[in-house]
Amino acid sequence: MEVIHLQTPLKQEDVKGLRAGDYLLISGIMYTARDSAHRRMIEALDNHRPLPIPLPGSIIYYAGPAPAPPGKPIGSIGPTTSYRMDSYAPRLIEEGLSMMIGKGSRNKLVQQAMIDHEAVYCAAWGGAGALLAGCVKNAKCIAYEELGPEAIYELEVENFPVMVVNDTIGQDAYELMGGQQ
Amino acid sequence: MRKILYRDIVEATAKACIEANIIASSDLIEAYQRAITKEVDELSGRIMHDLYENAKLAKSHHLPICQDTGTAVIFLEIGQNVLIDGGFLMDAFQEGVADGYQKGYLRKSIVSHPLTRKNTGNNTPAVIHVDIVAEDVFKVTVAPKGGGSENMSRLKMLTPSEGLEGFKEFVFETIRLAGPNPCPPIVVGACLGGNFESCALQAKKNLLRPIGQRHSDPELSILEEKWLEEINALHIGPQGFGGKTTAFDVHLEFLPCHIASMPAAVNLNCHVSRHQQFEL
Repeated sequence: MEVIHLQTPLKQEDVKGLRAGDYLLISGIMYTARDSAHRRMIEALDNHRPLPIPLPGSIIYYAGPAPAPPGKPIGSIGPTTSYRMDSYAPRLIEEGLSMMIGKGSRNKLVQQAMIDHEAVYCAAWGGAGALLAGCVKNAKCIAYEELGPEAIYELEVENFPVMVVNDTIGQDAYELMGGQQ
Repeated sequence: MRKILYRDIVEATAKACIEANIIASSDLIEAYQRAITKEVDELSGRIMHDLYENAKLAKSHHLPICQDTGTAVIFLEIGQNVLIDGGFLMDAFQEGVADGYQKGYLRKSIVSHPLTRKNTGNNTPAVIHVDIVAEDVFKVTVAPKGGGSENMSRLKMLTPSEGLEGFKEFVFETIRLAGPNPCPPIVVGACLGGNFESCALQAKKNLLRPIGQRHSDPELSILEEKWLEEINALHIGPQGFGGKTTAFDVHLEFLPCHIASMPAAVNLNCHVSRHQQFEL
């Protein structure tokens, strides 16, 4: 399988060139955020307050890690199901977010936002949290700590494996490969 | 009367929570191995290989197989002659879950209210189901259940005229709608009959049966085999990217029901099908 190596912050031309089904190894920084963190970020945008993370060139990873055992930067950290973030994602994409990582399908509004604003959505293997934890070299909680596993963590990753699901030309890997209508 | 100590229940529950989340059971390991041999395409083969490696790595590095260490669902079979000494039985399970999730570095995924959504910080309350049985049995199954697959589960009050075909259509529709979301290869627990709540509970109980173990009733056993083959022909495949293994298994049950009713419930489980038993 052909492998594309990507380094963050993502460049616009890199994102534009990705196609559904591409297998990527990502190195650099990504930010975890799931349901509650998204709600807070949208509230911040609505109230013209700064976000805790930069969006252009950035990757949001839909994940809530298990606590770090002694001597490890983080516990198991696989993706959560992405559709729950569909109501928030278009707004963040409009604000410049370059990539989302999760698992499962996105709705048409999110897919259209990705076409309009040149962002992509990728899947990591769901239920492979121990394996993916091995790609995380450092982790620190940078916002909403009181949310526990739903807080925003800044992860420093090395060769973090994902597959492109939705690209900037409207393709969907689940439809192309997985018998999904 | 047989006495069982409160402390023993706390300790055994904590240990079961940790082991269930970190050590893949032998039936699951075998299911991964079988799927690897079946998935000859590069991508689905790679995914199954990665999922199998993940399970092995979790055990050797003492990490949860999946970060979603779930709602702690506990099934208790307790004999009517058993006496709990030193505290309230239900507190013992809650304390055991809180201890296990803390000491095992498992994720705390429970919020105290569906709208305010404040994390309880120790993964309690657990969901506990009790069956009172004869004599002095004390048998516990701890089955951590992830949110992703639980969200894809469904219940429908079918009418008797819809028959077996109606049940099948509902089960298959549920699997198709779920697609990649519940982390396939999935395990399907489905029940037809009972009432609103017993139907759902039985569907969940079906997930406790080891992968590969057929129903003791030949009629259901044949149906399970046939449906498993048809589900795998849906080509959703590992993680929804196509392939031969959409489900590891299908476990079915029929229950007696009201003359007006025919409820159907489908509880989906992800590939990290977890259940740990202990007896005291």
